[in-house]
Amino acid sequence: MAEIADLSLARVTKRFGAHVAVDAVDFSAARGAFFSILGPSGCGKTTLMRMIAGFEMPSEGDIAIRGASMAGVPANRRPVNMVFQNLALFPTMTVGENVAYGLDCRGVARGEREARVRRILGRVGLADFIDRRVTQLSGGQRQRVAIARCLVLEPTILLLDEPLGALDLKLREHMKIELKRLQADFNTTFVYITHDQSEALVMSDQVAVMNRGRFEQVGSPRELYRDPASAFVAGFVGDANRWPAEFEAPNRVRLSGGATVAGRRFGPPSAGPATCFVRPESVALAPSAEALSALENRYSGKVVSVLFDGANSTLLVRADAGGFELRATLPQTGALAGVEKGAAVHFGWSAEAARIFAA
Amino acid sequence: MMRARGLAFWLLLLPPVLWLGLLLIVPHVEIAILSFSERVGPRLYRFGFANYLAFLTEPLYWRTFARTAVMSIAVTAITLVVAFPVAFYIAKAARGVSKAVLFLLCLLPFWASELVRTLGWMILLRETGLVSALLQATGLSAGPVELLYNDGAVIVGLVYGGLLFMVVPLVNALDSLDFSLIEAGFDLGGSRIDVLRRVVIPHAMPGIVAGSIVVFMLTAGNFVTAALLGGKNGLWFTEQIYAQFIVRFNWPQGAAFGLLLLLLSSAIVWIGLKLTGQGFGETMRRS
Repeated sequence: MAEIADLSLARVTKRFGAHVAVDAVDFSAARGAFFSILGPSGCGKTTLMRMIAGFEMPSEGDIAIRGASMAGVPANRRPVNMVFQNLALFPTMTVGENVAYGLDCRGVARGEREARVRRILGRVGLADFIDRRVTQLSGGQRQRVAIARCLVLEPTILLLDEPLGALDLKLREHMKIELKRLQADFNTTFVYITHDQSEALVMSDQVAVMNRGRFEQVGSPRELYRDPASAFVAGFVGDANRWPAEFEAPNRVRLSGGATVAGRRFGPPSAGPATCFVRPESVALAPSAEALSALENRYSGKVVSVLFDGANSTLLVRADAGGFELRATLPQTGALAGVEKGAAVHFGWSAEAARIFAA
Repeated sequence: MMRARGLAFWLLLLPPVLWLGLLLIVPHVEIAILSFSERVGPRLYRFGFANYLAFLTEPLYWRTFARTAVMSIAVTAITLVVAFPVAFYIAKAARGVSKAVLFLLCLLPFWASELVRTLGWMILLRETGLVSALLQATGLSAGPVELLYNDGAVIVGLVYGGLLFMVVPLVNALDSLDFSLIEAGFDLGGSRIDVLRRVVIPHAMPGIVAGSIVVFMLTAGNFVTAALLGGKNGLWFTEQIYAQFIVRFNWPQGAAFGLLLLLLSSAIVWIGLKLTGQGFGETMRRS
């Protein structure tokens, strides 16, 4: 498709003195996409977002929005609006005034302004709150005001800087669904920054995993989960058991405790140190060894502890031989549902499920 | 037990009662009574409004009064305009040590007495002063220039004297302004003027009002700066009060003037609070 991307970055670099915060980042986000940038704190994602918003200027490279270069365009003239981490609602204004602010700055006539403010507040379900002070709202309502305040301006891109960080768990889960719904409703390109992989995976069409100023991998949540391109992505996206190991064969490693694991190698064949990842949910558990005969990797061990968490319950198991421990998802149905600490179990995983990266 | 607590309560209440009673209420009641007494003969006084009538009928008095009010408002406004960027820089741009140093620099002039500071301005501005000499040396002026004894000199001196009292409440108010609010103001398409007018100033309003009240009261009630820098043209209302009390020994007239000045200050502060929609209690709490 020849359509121009809503947002495209070409070798964008930002240096603060000798420190390279963002290192030659390239990417483009298609129109109407929900694009997330996922990374640990300090990886440069906030700097990247501030460059897109126009609060920082790149040291090198170019940012283009719908094909127009943003070099030298100040923040208040970019078709980009941002939902701040702390939301940054104006405490001296009412909900309606907060939403009207941007329109007012653009000189939109009073009648049209009020109609647009009412329409957008209706769409985010806050029509009755127009005259409230923002300090009188709940966390979720404030969130929606912050988003409405941006969307009323019909930006090409909406930036969201970890906006769910301050909310409690229940509300966060709810807001994830709500954000996704809003994005689909408005069909605006969302660029979402987070260190929470679950937020990124649940909501996004595309996720970029960022580490030390670089994009490690850009892909759909499913690709990142199934085919991580680097050891960092394999460890950061989703949950994983991670062991230091040594290559024995191109597709087999020996863990430091002595156990061997057949797996899938990413990257060119290599010798020497490696890292092996196995997701807790790919570990099969069984009371007897026969049930696991189809799997390439089979072990037996003892349950060290049961970490009960409903559907997310896991077992901590220590292998009888090979000197390693792992976490395995415990299904709440089946033979092992009631397993107790100290019980003997058999466990294993397919070679497909074990990912090996040269370290 | 109850009696002991009662005693402690009354003892603690004593200092503020004495303070307010002896220094504020008693003198003002005395002044109010005094201001309504007319002199009918040597050491002979009776109740009457002659002192207030004299204020209204003698143009020099009420014109000086009006002039003091207008100039004090001007001084307050100029002080606000000068102090705002200073306070903004100290509150939002300066970090750590430099913040403390800048604050100290604002405070430094106030270690010298008001009289000495005013004399400093006289050294700069008089006919044989530094500025005059500089203007002559650079050829910008042919002869000596007298910069003292005009309204400009009085305003400069009073703004200088009021600056600290404006900077402190403004810094306090702006300190709590989250920088992301300013960024949000720009991000949503606001120009610098928009952000200043709609985001920064509303946030700083309690500080602006508190600073303005203090500076206005200090300015309207100022004596030394107006008298020294204004000279004979100073015509500050406090000089009239001084003249009545000290020069003419006409205490009732001076008392009437004093009360009028108090009413003027109160009225203008009240109008200022009404115009800006700020509550007095709220302002005092936030500053």
